[in-house]
Amino acid sequence: MIGLCVTALVNNVPTVLRFLPALTLFAMLGPVLAGLWGTVLPAFGHIPAAGLTGPSFDPFHALFSWGGLGKAVRLSITTGVVATALSLMIVALITAGWSGTRPFRFMERALSPLLSVPHAAAAFGLAFLIAPSGWIARALSPAITGWDRPPDLLIVQDPLGLAMIAGLVLKEVPFLLLMTIAAMGQAQPRRSLLVAQALGYGRITGWLKTVFPRVYRQIRLPVYVVIAYSMSVVDVAVILGPSTPPTLSVQIVKWMGDPDLSMRSTGAAAALLQLGLVVLVLVFWWFGERLVAALGNRWIQSGHRGSHDRISRGIALGLGALAAVPVLFGLASLAVWSVAGFWSFPDVLPDSFSMRTWTRHGPDAFATMGETFLVAGIAVVFALGLVLGCLEAEYRSGRQMGRFGVWLLYLPLLVPQTAFLPGLQSLLLNVGADVGLVPVVFAHLVFVLPYVFLSLGDPWRSWDVRNATVAQALGASPVRVFWTIRLPMLLRPVLTAMAVGVAVSVGQYLATLLIGGGRVSTLTTEAVALASGGDRRAIGVYGLLQTLAALLPFTFALVLPTIIWRNRRGLHE
Amino acid sequence: MKNFAMIAALAAAPFAAFATPDPADWDAVVAEAEGQTVYWNAWGGSTTTNDFIAWVGDRVFEEYGVTLEHVKLTDTADAVTRVLAEKEAGENDDGAIDMIWINGANFAAMKEADLLFGPFAEQLPNWAIVDSEGKTVQTDFTVPVEGYESPWAMAQVVFMYDTADIAAPLGSMSAILEWAQAHPGRFTYPQPPDFLGSTFLKQALVDLLEDPSVLQAPVSDETYDEVTAPLWAYLDELTPVLWREGRAYPATGPAQLQLIADGEVDLAISFSPGEATAAIANDQLPDTVRTFVLDKGTIGNASFVAVPYNSGSAAGAMVVANFMLSAESQVRQHDPEILGYGTVLNMDALGAEDRAAFDALDLGVATLSPADLGAVQDEPHPSWMTRVTDDWVMRYGSGQ
Repeated sequence: MIGLCVTALVNNVPTVLRFLPALTLFAMLGPVLAGLWGTVLPAFGHIPAAGLTGPSFDPFHALFSWGGLGKAVRLSITTGVVATALSLMIVALITAGWSGTRPFRFMERALSPLLSVPHAAAAFGLAFLIAPSGWIARALSPAITGWDRPPDLLIVQDPLGLAMIAGLVLKEVPFLLLMTIAAMGQAQPRRSLLVAQALGYGRITGWLKTVFPRVYRQIRLPVYVVIAYSMSVVDVAVILGPSTPPTLSVQIVKWMGDPDLSMRSTGAAAALLQLGLVVLVLVFWWFGERLVAALGNRWIQSGHRGSHDRISRGIALGLGALAAVPVLFGLASLAVWSVAGFWSFPDVLPDSFSMRTWTRHGPDAFATMGETFLVAGIAVVFALGLVLGCLEAEYRSGRQMGRFGVWLLYLPLLVPQTAFLPGLQSLLLNVGADVGLVPVVFAHLVFVLPYVFLSLGDPWRSWDVRNATVAQALGASPVRVFWTIRLPMLLRPVLTAMAVGVAVSVGQYLATLLIGGGRVSTLTTEAVALASGGDRRAIGVYGLLQTLAALLPFTFALVLPTIIWRNRRGLHE
Repeated sequence: MKNFAMIAALAAAPFAAFATPDPADWDAVVAEAEGQTVYWNAWGGSTTTNDFIAWVGDRVFEEYGVTLEHVKLTDTADAVTRVLAEKEAGENDDGAIDMIWINGANFAAMKEADLLFGPFAEQLPNWAIVDSEGKTVQTDFTVPVEGYESPWAMAQVVFMYDTADIAAPLGSMSAILEWAQAHPGRFTYPQPPDFLGSTFLKQALVDLLEDPSVLQAPVSDETYDEVTAPLWAYLDELTPVLWREGRAYPATGPAQLQLIADGEVDLAISFSPGEATAAIANDQLPDTVRTFVLDKGTIGNASFVAVPYNSGSAAGAMVVANFMLSAESQVRQHDPEILGYGTVLNMDALGAEDRAAFDALDLGVATLSPADLGAVQDEPHPSWMTRVTDDWVMRYGSGQ
């Protein structure tokens, strides 16, 4: 009987749908694998255009003779791991202590703006806040500190990468919180928490013991993504990280851009090392998970009900605020700089305000915003089509995506960008693809696809299939079920997934720069180019627009379902 | 005899450089250029430069129907890498880059790897008014240009200092060290291998050497240690009294402006005599900032534009390069309110009206007059910059 059902389901799957998963995998992994191949060749000394033919280990010799390697590697690892662990801890504490409460709902609302602030803009904001000549020091000077000149303190770009870790945490907390909230829908935390509390457990202890293990299983891959991203990020590291030496990824980009063309092979070798480091750290993290699980089990079995709950909740709220407030102040500082006249230390505000920066950069910036949306829009529509197709194929064939499949899905996010994008650039040129919009869209698709899948997969799968059973019993075809029942009911997650996709596309720097050959400029490429010049006023304009470009779709995702389903409360809450 | 001539011509062909389109036939170039789009890859970190490039774009579109797109780079080497990648992939006819703002090591690398279109520069109509005798436009960091790049701006090292904190100009690198020791944490320079950071190292080396002429020849292993010893001794003394004790550096030249405006440092190097005036006008620097040069003079060089060998719009690029040598464009770039870059033109070759336009420019409060700028020291051979920068990176930078 069951066998018959499965066969019937499989026969239901149209040919197009059956090919979609393969096509999706190709769109995501083809470029990554080809790009990696394009990295492996120079890493073993094969760059024909520079007169180098391999294979040889010279690039690795050059890499290992670089004096800064030890520190750069250590920095990549510590910043990545510490930032991820801190972010996860903060998210767990906030959710444990406050989910379902009014402050938590407020945080949920603040999430979209926080998420949409691009990494580079957040990093700038933070730098201006905490620098010795920054806003905090200005607010306290000279009245409290007695400084009439900024003190010579190494706060930003410190050798331990603390400022960089802080910058990463600011951005990863909202991301992980979003993923956690999405995962909680399935974990049914309220019931577990009620039971735990009825048994006398404190709120945080009860949540950590009963809900967190289930939630963590679902946010595991996002956590891995955060690790890989934090270990190989470039823009945040350039702004907040140390430079003597910098992190490994920053150094890779420098080598890749060295006028001495043979340095590219050293860069390629370093890119492979970076890839190995990420794999290594992920393996260690995996063992760490086992260890924490074992310790956690013992803790759960100990039956401690948890004390100090009120203090812990207070700390959680404080940490949450500490993660959110700097981003908001950072945005405010971008806004003030964009209209600032001359502004020196220790003035809290500029001497004068003017719209000159906006009249100078506004027209170009808005035109660039149009191009940014064009690239993001096309990429997201493609991504959404593929993802919905895959999910529908999965549902209709009754074959859940295997563990291997899920890992493949995450591969583009786990491979450091610096490891495969330069190779991908050569590949595109080899097949004669013209530089410009189209290749950039496909390069963005590599990153947009997994994120769209990531944010849509769980809500899609956790949809109650009894709705479909009822509809089909009433005579609706699977196509009709998809379009008139499932898609409308999942409008909010679909829109949220699109917003995430747009935000990811807006934030792409290396992919746009390398694959577009410079002919496609987005707000991010412009902002990072300006960043090297340190003109805070222009950075203010571009940073604000960059934030706006990512924020608008989130606003739509929030507002549209409420408007469309205003008389169907159950569909948007 | 006829056969001999033909054989000679055939034999010569691979060695003679032919540029197509041929810049000598200027009317044909202008005709071909109309309707072309020129992608100019130029560093995008300076907003005043970006504005100037946009203006050039407007003007060449009006005049010649050439569309100019500014591709903003964080590092010129990205463009070199791009052309190399294209050559690797066999994209020989219509690469992504039509023009590059270039000089020094990037030019040397591209010329050596045959990645450039040309020669064309000396056939441009406006070459006639370029001061090819008096200004270093035929060599680029001692590498012969040979028409493979067209000059457009002169640069010379000056030091910007805040008169609110430093009473009088500092006349030598040693004087700068003494001042820094008396005022720890108030001086820094961009981190090499940033272009301006490397320039600071060269400037220090040139000023510290009794006889800097050894730097005109390529580096030799025998003399390198001896020649550069004074520089490392100098830096060993300077680094502990730098801003952040040399544990962090500003990423680029313009980033120093922000440090001065924030009151973090009082002294900074610049490669553009007019930069301080322009920055004061843009509220980026306090109006108490002035500039000085060293008593023995400072390093100067020219900025060029080059065309990659695989540009599909070489005609359009040459039209842009030629326009940038026009008196109209040169007066505008020289204007401190706009850009403040030095001109490459020969004042004596200009008509009375154009000459008057230059004379009428008010160079601004913080810009030294050509007379005050004093002697220009030659750029060392690029191999010095590369070697000294690499060494700096190992001793004080990312390789330590």
